[in-house]
Parts: sequence; structure tokens; C-alpha cells
Amino acid sequence: MSNEQPIAGAAILDALAAAGVEFVISVPDITTSQGLLWPLTEDRRFRLVRVCKEDEGVSICGALSFCGKRALLLIQYTGLLDSINALRAAGCDYKLPVAMMVGLLEKEPGVPPKQSARFGVRIVEPILEAMGVPHDLFELGSDAARIRPAIDRAYQESWPTALLIGRRI
Amino acid sequence: MLRRDQCFRILARHVTDEIVVPVYQAAQEWRVAKPDHALTFYSIGAMGQASSCALGLALGRPDKRVIVLDGDGSLLMNLGSLVSIANQRPKNLLHFVCENGAYEANGGHPIPGRDRVSFAGFARAAGYPKALEISALADFEAKIAGLLKEDGPVFVTLKLVAGDPPPQDYAYIHGAAAREAFRAALKR
Repeated sequence: MSNEQPIAGAAILDALAAAGVEFVISVPDITTSQGLLWPLTEDRRFRLVRVCKEDEGVSICGALSFCGKRALLLIQYTGLLDSINALRAAGCDYKLPVAMMVGLLEKEPGVPPKQSARFGVRIVEPILEAMGVPHDLFELGSDAARIRPAIDRAYQESWPTALLIGRRI
Repeated sequence: MLRRDQCFRILARHVTDEIVVPVYQAAQEWRVAKPDHALTFYSIGAMGQASSCALGLALGRPDKRVIVLDGDGSLLMNLGSLVSIANQRPKNLLHFVCENGAYEANGGHPIPGRDRVSFAGFARAAGYPKALEISALADFEAKIAGLLKEDGPVFVTLKLVAGDPPPQDYAYIHGAAAREAFRAALKR
């Protein structure tokens, strides 16, 4: 395992702001709760939209893109699994940019998601790959530099992307 | 009782630069009632998502009024969106649900709880500041102008009876041309 510091919530927020994200749509996830979502509630660079279920957020992100607004859907992987049909429709069929930051609850730090002992974590990347949705794993401090390019690409190509958070922030 | 096509013909006379978000059969009927309304957002995608799409549009374009023409079966799939909408309190959102008690696009099967559930009751309980039911065409005609000016979010159940089935054109509704037409209209 690397000795590098884990990715920090503040660095993620700065990267999101640099990427032009104005709206964050979220159902809380313990993976990102303390270091990211709670600080975000007081960060005036973003408008937080709390939703009851993650598929609402997929649609909100897609609709905001018509208005020229960038958004991030901040959820847990269980919510991603629950939102597959909405993502299929808005993201893949309609080719809309849906940028998702997905906490991999209880993934072992340093272990690739496909090798996790958790069944639910193991199937996340194969499902995204089956849908053609690009994904990347974010665990270490240096990973934050890849957030903005991933979001830029989603909006430039008008296609979903999944930023997987592999350890508790 | 109301017929959806009659309601939409009246609505079409009042709609000018509002965004309209219709679902499934309502979308087919809205296309007949106001075929040239480029600010129609047909891109609901997955069933139940109209209210969430509308919330996104209302937040992204607070200068425009957003009218949702939801279905009862559709809304049952996304009841939590009522809470999410009420929590954001978008002043520019007017939410109709067309209550005919059936999955009209899927064989006419009854919705669970038909004639027992209250959609306006759901909306009130979720925190919509105003929710009402309309079951007569004259009442709809009398109220529609005021509803379009009122601060939202406002919820209106249209208690419908079946009308003639509208022409079906899902290829257009789900097609790229409809999305591009909407995107272009929104930029004007």
C-alpha cells in the first residue's frame, strides 16, 4: 500500500469548483459524508440539492445540462445500482452528461474494486463497463488532479462518467 | 369529469414561453395540442422521472416557468421527488398529475391504490405549499390562467376519464431531434 496521504475532501471540492460544477445532487454516503458532504453544505461555491433517491439525481443532472449548468451526483454505489435504468435512459440512450461521484462503501483501501471481498463493490466496474460508462478510482491525494479532466470530458462528450471514491474521506 | 385532451387544448392556449415536461401518453396528447411548442422537454427517459427532470430545469432556469404533465403511474414510481421538490421550493414549478387510475401505455392495468390514494394529499404531505384537485373542465378553464402565474411549487391533480387514444410517436419523443429542438429553444 502507498504511503501517500488519502484524497482529501477539500481537494475534491476545489477540483469540482475548477471543473465548473455549480450543483451537487446528493443522497448521503458514509464514505464521503464527513470529509466531503458536510463541508460542502457550507461551501458557497455549490448549491446542494438533497434528493430522496439517487435516480432523481440522474435526471436532475441531465436536465441541468440543457440549461448549461454542470452538476455532480454524489452518492453511494448502492444508489448507483438502484439508478441503472435512469442512467441507461438519460445518460446512455439520450447521451447526456451525468457526472457521478460514487462512494464504494467498505471497499478495502488499496484493493482494486474488482478484487474487493464485497460483492456489491466487485460488480460496480463491470456494470459501468457493460454500459460504456468510463470510470476512475480516487483514493490518494494525487488522484484529485484527475477529477476536473474527468468532468470536463463528460460534458465535452455529453456522456456519463463515474468517479469512484475508494476509501472513506 | 375531465378528459386530458380537452384540458391540454385549453392549456395550449395559455402556454407561451413556459417549459412543458409531459410524460408518455400525456406527451403524445401534448404534441397534438401544441405541436409547435419547442420548449417541450420530451426527454424523460425512465418512467417516473418527469418530476425530477422538471426540478432540474426549474433550478437551472429560474427565469422560466416549468409545467410538468405527469402521470399517476409515473409519479407513483418517484414519490420521493415530491419531497425533494418541496424541499427546494422552486417558485417556477407547476406540477400536474393526470390521474386516470391506469397504466395507459402498458395495457390499461389499474394503478395500485386506484380510487384510494390522494395525489394532492401526497403533495401536501410532502410540503407543497398548494395542492388541489380539478375534476371539471369549466373549473380547469377558470383556474388555469391563475395557476400559471402563481408562485410554486403548486400541485394539481387532474381527475381524468379516458378519451380517444392519441397517436403514438415514441420515435420522436425519445429521439435526438426532440432534444436538440428543446436545447435550441432554451438558448433563444
